[in-house]
Amino acid sequence: MKLSAEACDGALVVRLGEARLDAAIAIQFKDQMREVLLQPSPRVVLDLSDVGFLDSSGLGAIVSVMKGLSPGRKLELRGLTTNVEKVFRLTRMDSVFSIRANGPDTALRDAG
Amino acid sequence: MLAEQMRDEGDEGEPGTRRDIFQHRFAADQHAVRGALRAAMARFKQEIRAEEAGALELVLAEIMNNIVKHSYAGGGDGTISLSILRDQRGISCSVRDDGVPLPPACLVVPGLPKTAVAKADLPEGGFGWYLIHTLTCDLGYRREAGQNLLAFRLPLGTPDGLDQLS
Repeated sequence: MKLSAEACDGALVVRLGEARLDAAIAIQFKDQMREVLLQPSPRVVLDLSDVGFLDSSGLGAIVSVMKGLSPGRKLELRGLTTNVEKVFRLTRMDSVFSIRANGPDTALRDAG
Repeated sequence: MLAEQMRDEGDEGEPGTRRDIFQHRFAADQHAVRGALRAAMARFKQEIRAEEAGALELVLAEIMNNIVKHSYAGGGDGTISLSILRDQRGISCSVRDDGVPLPPACLVVPGLPKTAVAKADLPEGGFGWYLIHTLTCDLGYRREAGQNLLAFRLPLGTPDGLDQLS
């Protein structure tokens, strides 16, 4: 599973380089995120730009990662593709996470 | 793994109506589920809108992963059979497995897990059946000759079908 992390503007930006976050890799994702998050940073940004498909297992894994953060640390999501954003919206999980709006390029692509 | 695509230009259809059935039978494990989804999406994504394809893939994934996780929880060499038919009413799917019977509670439209709770109490599961019930219509289940048969329809053509409930 491709997961890369770098410090950027005071935040730890973690990018999941997988086309799918689903039942097949949900547990692996949780485990690797737990390791990545050992790096101290109060702000964590999970970049899901590469993820075109999210199922309920993948969603559960993201929730689990967020719940595992110590108090005072914050998880933000960014780069939600159309399908991924819809899963968050349908399950009302968009109200729980801090989700950064996509840039104009993405908005344009999604509208088309 | 057995993958086949059958064309059934049956007599029951209206003249000139093409009835393509996608059929796929595969081992009940999460990686084979990915393969089945890939095959199904490759087959239908040209014919339906992107939102509809997203809904179809999500519902099929939830149903099939549920089979892997619960129906065959005891392990063993289970298989899943998936059939998809595109017709004028939308997309009709049926999914069969030989595992344990589906608990009746799964067929009751569930509430959404509560999200307005403390962080520690946030739900990590319980979304699968909610998504299945939300995105499908005519969801039906039958236990037949030791098999589970789950069938549903995905409506097509509504301008923004996936958004109805949001």
